[in-house]
Amino acid sequence: MTTSMPEATTALRELTYAEAIREAFATALERDPRVTLIGLGVPDPKGFFGTTTQLQQKFGAHRVLDMPCAENGMTGIMLGAAINGLRPVINHQRLDFALLAMDPMCTQAAKWHYMFGGAMKMPVVFRMIVGRGWGQGPQHSQSLHSWFAHIPGLKVVMPASPHDAKGLLLAAIEDDNPVVFLEHRWLHHVKGHVPAGHYTVPIGPARVARRGADVTIVALSYMVLEALEAAATLAASGIEAEVIDLRSLRPLDRTTILNSVNRTGHLVVADTGWGLAGMSAEIIALASEGAFASLKSAPRRICLPDCPTPTSPALAADYYPRSGHIVAAVREALSQPANPDDLLVPADVELDKPNPAFTGPF
Amino acid sequence: MLSPTTTAPLPTEALDLHLLETMRRIRMVEEAIADHYPAQQMRCPVHLSIGQEASAAGTAAALRPDDQVMSGHRSHAHYLAKGGNLAAMIAEIYGRETGCCRGRGGSMHLVDLAAGFVGAVPIVGSTIPIATGLAFANRQLGRERVTAAYLGEAATEEGVFHESVNFAVLHKLPVVFVCENNLYSVYSPLRVRQPAHRAVWQVAAGHGLPSHQGDGNDPRQVYALMHDAVEHARSGSGPVFLELLTYRWREHCGVGFDNHIGYRTEAEYLEWRARDPLENFEQRLRTEGVLDEARYADFQRTTADEIAAAFTAAQAAPFPTGLHDHVYA
Repeated sequence: MTTSMPEATTALRELTYAEAIREAFATALERDPRVTLIGLGVPDPKGFFGTTTQLQQKFGAHRVLDMPCAENGMTGIMLGAAINGLRPVINHQRLDFALLAMDPMCTQAAKWHYMFGGAMKMPVVFRMIVGRGWGQGPQHSQSLHSWFAHIPGLKVVMPASPHDAKGLLLAAIEDDNPVVFLEHRWLHHVKGHVPAGHYTVPIGPARVARRGADVTIVALSYMVLEALEAAATLAASGIEAEVIDLRSLRPLDRTTILNSVNRTGHLVVADTGWGLAGMSAEIIALASEGAFASLKSAPRRICLPDCPTPTSPALAADYYPRSGHIVAAVREALSQPANPDDLLVPADVELDKPNPAFTGPF
Repeated sequence: MLSPTTTAPLPTEALDLHLLETMRRIRMVEEAIADHYPAQQMRCPVHLSIGQEASAAGTAAALRPDDQVMSGHRSHAHYLAKGGNLAAMIAEIYGRETGCCRGRGGSMHLVDLAAGFVGAVPIVGSTIPIATGLAFANRQLGRERVTAAYLGEAATEEGVFHESVNFAVLHKLPVVFVCENNLYSVYSPLRVRQPAHRAVWQVAAGHGLPSHQGDGNDPRQVYALMHDAVEHARSGSGPVFLELLTYRWREHCGVGFDNHIGYRTEAEYLEWRARDPLENFEQRLRTEGVLDEARYADFQRTTADEIAAAFTAAQAAPFPTGLHDHVYA
C-alpha cells in the first residue's frame, strides 16, 4: 500500500485551476511590460471561465485585448508582435477555433527561428481549451494535442494540476519559443495547492503523480485525474500503479517513462484524444523501442472511441473513458480476472458534467 | 482612387538616379541568377523579379532605414531595394552557411534585420498579418517605424489579407499594404480568380482605408504614392493600401521564359515588355538630360563586379552542418 506524503500541519494555499491560470497571467503582466493577452472574449464579463477576470481593468486595454473574430489573421499578427518585442498570449475558448490558425502556428511560428538561421525568436503562447461534456459535440471538444506535438519547433504542454497550470503558463510565457498551452475544460474547477508569487514549472519533465511498482499508467491532462482515481481503486485490490502525469508532450520526458516501464514491466496509457496516430501511440512506441525487453505484457491504451464526439447525453455517456476503463485495462495487463464492477457508474454521477455544481452552458 | 494628388516633393536628380540605379542593380542580380541557375548549384526554387523592379525601388526609396518590410515568394527585389546584403542573399540561394539564413531558408526565406527586411515566406499571404503585427508592436512600444507588407494580388484572395487590413484599420496601425498586381497567380490569371467588374484596390477600400492604384512600372509614381502612404501611416492616421500594376517577364518559378506553354499570350507579354520599367525610365532620364552616362556606366561596372564577387564568394563558401541547429531558441 502506498502511504501518502506527510501532510503539512498548516493548510496549504489552495486555488482552482482557473484561478491559478488567472494568477499566472497577473504575475506575468505585472513582471514584464511586454506580455500581452489577446483573444475573443478575454476581457468580457465572463472572463474566459474566470481565467482572465478583471485583468484588463488592472493592466489596461492595450495589454489585455479583445480581438476581431479572425483566429488566422490575429495569430499571424501576434507572431509579428512577438518578433518585434512583445510576448503575446493568444487565447482560444476552444481548441477547435484555433484550427483556423494552423498556418501561422505550425508553418510560420514553429519554423521561424529555424528557417531564418536563428536570426529571430518567436516568444508566443497559443492557449487553447479542450471542451468536454454538456453537448459540446463534434466541434467544441477536439483534443488534437498530437497534431501540435508532431511539429518540430513547437513546445506543447498540458498541465493537469493547478500548481502546474500556473507554473507551466509562466514558463510558457517566458520561453523564447512558440508554446502550445492546452487546458481541459474539466480541470478548471479542480482545486489544489498553488504557491503565491512567481515560480515556473520547467517545460519538459513529466511528474510522477503517484509511486507504484506494479504497472505504469502514463496519463495526460484531465486523464491524470481519472488515472489517480484508477490507482486508488487498484490499490484496494493490492495493485500499486505508478501514475505519470506527462505535462509536456514536446519535449517528451522519455527518461521518466522508460525508467518506470523498466521497473514495472506493464504500461497503460490514458489519453484525452483519439487513438489512431495519437499521443498514446507515441508513448507505446517509445516503450517498444526503449524498454522492449522489460515489457511483460502488451501495452494498452485508453482513448476516445474512433468517431466524432456525440452531442446527445445518451451517446456521450459511452463516449468518454473513465477511471474504470483504466482499471480494467490494468487488470487485463496483469492477467487478473475482469471485474464487472469496474465500469459501474454510481447513481448520483452524471457523466456529461465535470462536477455536480456545473449547470452548463459551455 | 486613381492618380491621387501627391504631397511628395518633386523628384530630385538624386532620387531619380537612386531609383534608376536600384532598378538596374536588381535587374543585373536577377539576370546573373538566371545565368548561373542552369549550373544546378542553386538548388532551390527561385522567383525572379525581372519586370517588377519599379515597385520595389519606388516603395523602398520612401522608407527610412529603420522602417520594416516583409515579403512573399518573389522577394529578391524587395530585399535588395531595402538594402539587404547582396552577398548574404546569393550565398543563401547557394545553400551556404554564410547565407542570410545560414542555408536554412533559400531564395524564398530572405532576411536582413539590419536593413529592416524582416523576412519573406512563400505561403501566399502569410506575411501580411505578421507585418501587421510588427506595426502593432511598434505602436505598443512607442516606435515611430512604418511597416510595409509586400503582397501579390492573389494574396488579396486570402482570408488573412482581410483579417489583417481590418485589424490595421481598427487600431490605425502604421502599415502600408503594397500590392503588386502582375495578373497571375502562378499560371492562373486574375480573370478566373476575381470578378472583372471590380479592381483589387476597390476591394481593399471596402475596409475603410485610403486605397490607390498606380502604374507599378513607373518608379516616380510609385515613389510618390508610397511617400504619401508612409507619411499617412507614420503620422498616426492608419494604414494605406496601394495597388501597383506590373508584370513578371519570366516564368513563375525558375529562370526561363514560359509564354509558349499557353497560359498567356506572346502579344500580352510583348505589350508589357514594351513597358519595361527600367529601360523606359533610363530613356526618360536621358531625354530629360538627368542621366550622367559616364557615371552610370561606372555604376554598372562596379555593380557587375560586386555581383561577380558575391557569386564567387557564395560558390566557395562552406555548406551548413548541424541538422538540428536553430530548431529552438
